[in-house]
Amino acid sequence: MSETDNHASRYAVGIDLGTTHCVLSYVELDSEQDPAPHHVLPIAQLTSPGSVDEKPQLPSFIYQAHEAELAEGDVALPWNTYPDTIVGTMARELGSKTPIRLVSSAKSWLCHGGVDRHASFLPLNSPEEVAKVSPIEATFQYLLHLRNAWDHRFPDAALVDQDVTITVPASFDPAARDLTAEAAQRIGFKHLTLLEEPQAAVYSWLESCADSWRNQVSIGDVILVVDIGGGTTDLSLVAVTEDEGNLNLNRVAVGEHILLGGDNMDLALAYQVNAKLAQEGKTLAPWQIVAITHSCRDAKEVLLTDPDVHSVPIVVPSRGSKMLGSTLRTELTKDEVMNSLVDGFFPHVGIHDHPAQQARGALKQMGLPYAQDPAILRHLAAFLCRQQAAANELLGQNEGEFIKPTAILFNGGVLKAPMLAERVMTVINNWLNEAGAEQAKQLAGTDLDLAVAKGAAYYGSVRQGKGVRIRGGIASAYYVGIESAMPAIPGMAPPIQALCVAPFGMEEGSAAKGPNQEFGLIVGEPVRFRFFGSTTRRDDQAGTLLDYWEPGELEELPEIQANLPVEGRQPGEVVPVELASRVTEVGTLCLEAIPSDGGTKWQVELDVRAG
Amino acid sequence: MNIDLTAMPATIDLLHAGLAAIALVFFILMLVKGGSKTPAPTEAQPEEPATVAVPEAHLTKQLKTANPDAALQLLSLLQQEARFIDFVQEELTGFSDAEVGAAARVVHEGGQKVLKEYFCLEAVRDEQEESRITLPDGFDATTVRLTGNVVGHAPFTGTLVHRGWKASEVKLPKLAEGHDAHIVAAAEVEL
Repeated sequence: MSETDNHASRYAVGIDLGTTHCVLSYVELDSEQDPAPHHVLPIAQLTSPGSVDEKPQLPSFIYQAHEAELAEGDVALPWNTYPDTIVGTMARELGSKTPIRLVSSAKSWLCHGGVDRHASFLPLNSPEEVAKVSPIEATFQYLLHLRNAWDHRFPDAALVDQDVTITVPASFDPAARDLTAEAAQRIGFKHLTLLEEPQAAVYSWLESCADSWRNQVSIGDVILVVDIGGGTTDLSLVAVTEDEGNLNLNRVAVGEHILLGGDNMDLALAYQVNAKLAQEGKTLAPWQIVAITHSCRDAKEVLLTDPDVHSVPIVVPSRGSKMLGSTLRTELTKDEVMNSLVDGFFPHVGIHDHPAQQARGALKQMGLPYAQDPAILRHLAAFLCRQQAAANELLGQNEGEFIKPTAILFNGGVLKAPMLAERVMTVINNWLNEAGAEQAKQLAGTDLDLAVAKGAAYYGSVRQGKGVRIRGGIASAYYVGIESAMPAIPGMAPPIQALCVAPFGMEEGSAAKGPNQEFGLIVGEPVRFRFFGSTTRRDDQAGTLLDYWEPGELEELPEIQANLPVEGRQPGEVVPVELASRVTEVGTLCLEAIPSDGGTKWQVELDVRAG
Repeated sequence: MNIDLTAMPATIDLLHAGLAAIALVFFILMLVKGGSKTPAPTEAQPEEPATVAVPEAHLTKQLKTANPDAALQLLSLLQQEARFIDFVQEELTGFSDAEVGAAARVVHEGGQKVLKEYFCLEAVRDEQEESRITLPDGFDATTVRLTGNVVGHAPFTGTLVHRGWKASEVKLPKLAEGHDAHIVAAAEVEL
């Protein structure tokens, strides 16, 4: 770290940079209380034109206002009278009526390899005159707002000086992590770490149990973390092992990136209500569907929580000042919610019931790759089967067809509904029953909405040596594709080999370099490589060359690019290089091209700009 | 002479009255000017009605004027979340109870949201309504109002008719300087 450091951080700060909203939690590092009390930063933000309020959540939205839209002073914030960007509640509210100016889901775009993530294209498909931002710029703006809100509250302890942990989905690919870190580094954080969200949830659980966690799990346990947020579903497995008499936690596997969450459920209900109204001969305008979606979210929570409520009225007021006679009214019943949510998203499925494989290559069309199968439990079944051998190394050979979790930790607002949580438990326990295994127990004690931010803040103090640390390293092995030199056969793609450049489980701050495997790179010309990741090949070392792999074993990621500058060489010259990898302290993967003749090394870009 | 004697005090009175009136006008002008410079809506400081201090000089406590900004802000929040003004301003005759009920749900839901978000409300008395309670000597007359057969001395024993409400906390959003709070709901034009 730099010499200005002196480790002046007073707080460990956790930032949950969510798809739909951000939360900032913090603990004092040298607190005299043990455990140090947690705080959630009240984030000052515009709630309506000219009105500023503090809320624990910052909705992850940006509104690109038209210059005639808002009066002077309507966007003033406590720290800036004329901010350039409108972020938060007011952005979401204005955007619900003018969607062409609303930037949303930037986080999902950040992990979408089919687009140039540095390009300014959000809001998507909006008219030309609307100013556009890139997913990374939007992420930067959310962080900037948090920084300003923090600095306004703590003028003596700037956020950039604190020990900051930002959470990312466990399923984020290296490029998406890199881009998140890039946005954060533009803010100027001096002590930054990235942490996987399901791990943050586990840290939050560890903290809430204090020392009693050792009584709740024992050696050989496999904890399954199911994190269903607003926009994504994130899965992880943590194995419990022993080392010199101490219990250790090891994150052994993470799931695929599944764009499926609570928002999909609210939309599903809204369309169901819409269909019901259509049967009554009432057609709804788009704004009414938005309003119904909001009402459905609230109604869903009541219906899934309170067993005595059998229906909740849904009302949509007119837009004009006349309300009577023009207010739409209908009902959402418990049966409807059970049918479309519980059975639609959480159906009773078998362990071999997996979602249909999505056809790749459909990324040319601009749009987010939402999960096609809404049944979250099918995705879960696929994950457990796929990771059948995840804990073999630590816990011994698993003879079954799927890895059997012994404890379940839930996270994310969706699972606050007891009926959904119960359904997930029931289905998992059915799988375990059929396989002759013991029932899994549910680990309780975390706040499903705030666990990620809190766990991230707690992680800051764990890194200072207080409390148990989850081991993990990178959750994938990474490969560079090498096209074999063989004569072209019409109608057949040239066979490709995969060279492992980063082995599974590489820890922060470590590096890997395989045996001599040289590439010829052309100076002054960008060279692209195909790039693959595997969450199941755990034993490949750096330098392993694969000729063959099982279908689905390697997942193709966006291409990577090496761009050798001309400096000191002839343009067009071919330079032999070797590829090496390291995992930075921040937690991002870094690939480097090292010339065999010992010259300066170059960074290989994980996020390739379009062109 | 007689005329002079009676006329003199009359003119002086008139003169004094005129001077007083002019002074008052200047005073008000000054206040209005000063007031417009620092509307500071965030600090809801009541203006001292100093202009009328002379006739009320004998009062020990002065009446304060409520700041209209906070009231307008609350009205705006109620309109925004609960469509409060729309609902109350409408004529109910000619609509069925079902239609009124549908609209009332909007007002109720939104109104509840506003109360929850911006106020901490709690009951003044924790006892069950319709139960008998005793008020000791020196009870706070602003929190408990006596009604009915109010005679004798404390302690008073009576029936708790209403538990009362106390706003233990008010957290209205801050308003930007220069924000016109009189526009409680902007007109909306869809392009």
